[in-house]
Amino acid sequence: MTVAERLKDAIMAAAVAALLALPLIGFETVDTGGPLGIKTRFDYIAYAAIVVFLGRLGMRIAFDWRRSYRERIVQAEPTNIDRKELLTVLGQKADKWLMPVMIGFAIVMPFLPFANRTVIDLGTVVLIYVMLGWGLNIVVGLAGLLDLGYVAFYAVGAYTFATLSMHFGFGFWETLPLAGLLAATFGVVLGFPVLRLRGDYLAIVTLGFGEIIRVILLNWQPVTGGPAGISGIPRPSFFGFPFSADPPEGATAFHQLFGLEYASIHRIIFLYYLILALALVTNLFTMRIRKLPVGRAWEALREDEIACTALGINPTNTKLTAFAIGAMFGGFAGSFFATRQGFISPESFSFIESAVILAIVVLGGMGSQAGIVLAAAFLTLLPEVAREFSLFRMLAFGAAMVLIMVWRPQGLLAHREPTMRLHPAGTKPGGGKP
Amino acid sequence: MIGGALEYFLQQLINGLTLGAVYALIAIGYTMVYGIIGMINFAHGEIYMIGAFIAVITFSILGIVGVTWVPLALLIVLIVSMIITGLYGWTVERIAYRPLRGSFRLAPLISAIGMSIFLQNYVQIAQGAKIKPLQPMIRGGIELIKGETFSVTISYLQLIIMAMTLVLMLGFSYLISATPLGRAQRACEQDRTMASLLGVNADRTISLTFVLGAVLAAVAGVMVSLYYGVVDFYIGFLAGLKAFTAAVLGGIGSLPGAMLGGLLIGLIEAFWSAYFSIEYKDVAVFTILVVVLIFRPTGLLGRPEVEKV
Amino acid sequence: MTQPLLKVEHLTMRFGGLVAVNDVSFDAKASQITAVIGPNGAGKTTVFNCIAGFYKPTVGRLTLTNNGTPHLLERMSGNDIAGKARVARTFQNIRLFPKMTVLENLIVAQHNKLMRASGFTLLGLFGWPGYSKAEAEAVDLARYWLERTNLTDVADEVAGSLPYGGQRRLEIARAMCTEPVLLCLDEPAAGLNPRESADLNTLLRFIRDEHKCGVLLIEHDMSVVMQISDHVIVLDYGRKIADGPPDAVRNDPKVIAAYLGEPEDSAVAQGGV
Repeated sequence: MTVAERLKDAIMAAAVAALLALPLIGFETVDTGGPLGIKTRFDYIAYAAIVVFLGRLGMRIAFDWRRSYRERIVQAEPTNIDRKELLTVLGQKADKWLMPVMIGFAIVMPFLPFANRTVIDLGTVVLIYVMLGWGLNIVVGLAGLLDLGYVAFYAVGAYTFATLSMHFGFGFWETLPLAGLLAATFGVVLGFPVLRLRGDYLAIVTLGFGEIIRVILLNWQPVTGGPAGISGIPRPSFFGFPFSADPPEGATAFHQLFGLEYASIHRIIFLYYLILALALVTNLFTMRIRKLPVGRAWEALREDEIACTALGINPTNTKLTAFAIGAMFGGFAGSFFATRQGFISPESFSFIESAVILAIVVLGGMGSQAGIVLAAAFLTLLPEVAREFSLFRMLAFGAAMVLIMVWRPQGLLAHREPTMRLHPAGTKPGGGKP
Repeated sequence: MIGGALEYFLQQLINGLTLGAVYALIAIGYTMVYGIIGMINFAHGEIYMIGAFIAVITFSILGIVGVTWVPLALLIVLIVSMIITGLYGWTVERIAYRPLRGSFRLAPLISAIGMSIFLQNYVQIAQGAKIKPLQPMIRGGIELIKGETFSVTISYLQLIIMAMTLVLMLGFSYLISATPLGRAQRACEQDRTMASLLGVNADRTISLTFVLGAVLAAVAGVMVSLYYGVVDFYIGFLAGLKAFTAAVLGGIGSLPGAMLGGLLIGLIEAFWSAYFSIEYKDVAVFTILVVVLIFRPTGLLGRPEVEKV
Repeated sequence: MTQPLLKVEHLTMRFGGLVAVNDVSFDAKASQITAVIGPNGAGKTTVFNCIAGFYKPTVGRLTLTNNGTPHLLERMSGNDIAGKARVARTFQNIRLFPKMTVLENLIVAQHNKLMRASGFTLLGLFGWPGYSKAEAEAVDLARYWLERTNLTDVADEVAGSLPYGGQRRLEIARAMCTEPVLLCLDEPAAGLNPRESADLNTLLRFIRDEHKCGVLLIEHDMSVVMQISDHVIVLDYGRKIADGPPDAVRNDPKVIAAYLGEPEDSAVAQGGV
């Protein structure tokens, strides 16, 4: 591309940007009590146009430079065309060492020097999303079912936990399986009629289901507390030993049990390890079930449903198990969320949560367990890092989703490890044959 | 004797049809994009919201510069909103979807969700989170039936919305069925590769599809800002969700289906709110969607998809 | 007199006003290769899709007798036809699981057996030894068919990366891994070069002779049909016009007429396209 062409292209982009910015940025509506007043901000339009002009020009130059660089590489070393990118290599090695490294880090993290209350809390939030991502991955990544209402199961888990522990006095460990079971039941009830539908129809129905659950939570006052939600949910105890400075008569507090000074961070650390354990159980489960017939059938269904039917696989039942198991893990995560927060309201279970969880699965690289960790960390930490620019953080979040997808449509770590091998890894079968 | 039961019913019918007309206009954008590139354009609801914002801003500017003759103001607002919203639709496709053409199914969906979050926050930052009121401009209506306890009225605005929708639908059906653009659009919908081989500029056709969808959404945005008198940055989500539901209910990919679906959703909402509970109207809408899909998996007017093996 | 493996009686299939298959009856026997041929649009694939459960026939009875147990295919769902009646099929446009490896494709084919062995997942999840044994057996069966189809070397490659001929063979291997009594092949020789085509003939004869499996195939390639079929059924405009051994069918005037009314030799050439 010549310089003139580049300039023309960038000017066009700037003109479009200016036109787009004109009504929404150029004019600001002002409340005057009566009709809206208008303030002009034309200087902002100029800034927007200049930024887009420079950005477009820079992008063009960068692309051209990269292309000519690649051509030179190909000419210099024709054999080296498929040089692998860092992320591709990382994806292939992910199962071998990336996951163990990440798990190791997660285990020692609370005892590292930088780990204060905020950091551990943040780690807990990341792990909640990792667990949700891994749970949804069973449905979307493995079975290929597009679920846009996953947060509904998260909500079912959280509200079940709150109700059972507050009104029936159940403890965390009794409630957890029940919440998971109820969420799975919801998954089956929803899934049974709709899993026959083609992919995108399923998306809208699950999206609608998410909304229905939210509307019910908002309006079923006696059980859900309506918009105010439920507060005062019992906090978890350390297997019966509460985390409190002065435990009730006859009970031993956690710090007394271990002869420690009371510190409120004990509970924070305990919660961190609790969600770490739950997340690791989810991961272990997924790794195992991938190597079982049902897991392979999920992946086969994702690839070709008609071929599966011709092999005697019942598609509806197989999808239903994926849906129910995914829902169950969502329910577990919801229970944890309820006990950690001590307070839940419908606000925490809006569509945006479903969208974020789905984004974690897809950005991570469909089906890649390690990729989901990276994506969850990125998408939860990004808004935290951008907290100072609180106004812009969701803007940046949306833009990041678009940019990552455009940059790597297959996701960060897109690599599928076969569930079994005929020839042990590393050996080339057949000798001479390519 | 229940006084005015029939009148009450008719009034809900009118309200439901008005709402349904708006949903139908938005639903067309979903159904066309789905038809041509097989993706759910999640950002379409936000495009509609932007259309509504541009309408409110333009109305306010016109009010300040003194254009107060309603037909002229309405015309200017419609034109401005359609052009700029159309440009938004075009830009969104260029930035977020075109680079992803040919990549796997979920990539454009995530990109669309990201775009939707971006646009929502962009408008929130640019125009503030507060609800924007608009002074009622078109007042009055026709009293159709004067009952003892309840009168059925249709406001001029409702008439304008229905007439406008009808005209746009007819024009649009003509555009798709009888113009070269419509032919190119339908060709790309059936087989994009073949269409390009035969000289149809597929990229341009897809861009135009987005622009057309955005233009119709802009009209819906203008109408809604007048009808309800308020807009805020969050209206796109629910309206988009309902319109998409409408498109699916009618059979996604089918234009008459989107129209029918939109009207049905509007009616269901109006009647459910009037006779049962306003809180659970969305539940009713989605439940009916699920029931319809169970019995007609491709929607009311969708062509049954026979997969060749 | 034993029951034929598959008995098709009065099969009729209408799509709206179009009668794709009209009152077709024929038998297919075990350890025999039965070919269904006919010009384009004769209704071959429709017959096939009715047998495999992809369509529900408008009228007709399809009885598959497996070990003396009759199965009425027209009343069964597609996955039961494959899983219970043991009818396996391949597709005209190959349908593999392209991102899974060749070996995984063959293991998925043994799903129902492995599902039972894993205690419907519950036992398998906790590493029940019985499941490992069943899985090892499944791999052995897969290995057997990999050798037969000459795919052992590429067993760990993803199926989508195989060349066309390899994908065709893999699809047959995958169908055989379901241990069927009737193997239905939809144009297995389409797109193969002459050598691959000859290899295919050898493979099909092997399946017929060694596995006592009935083979039902739709084919355009007359060289395949005439060389290996034991029994040929000719359809034209949805009706059966001939039924018999290849030589008889070849000289049937109605068949010659159906193939554009030309003399036999050029008819064969036409059909080969």
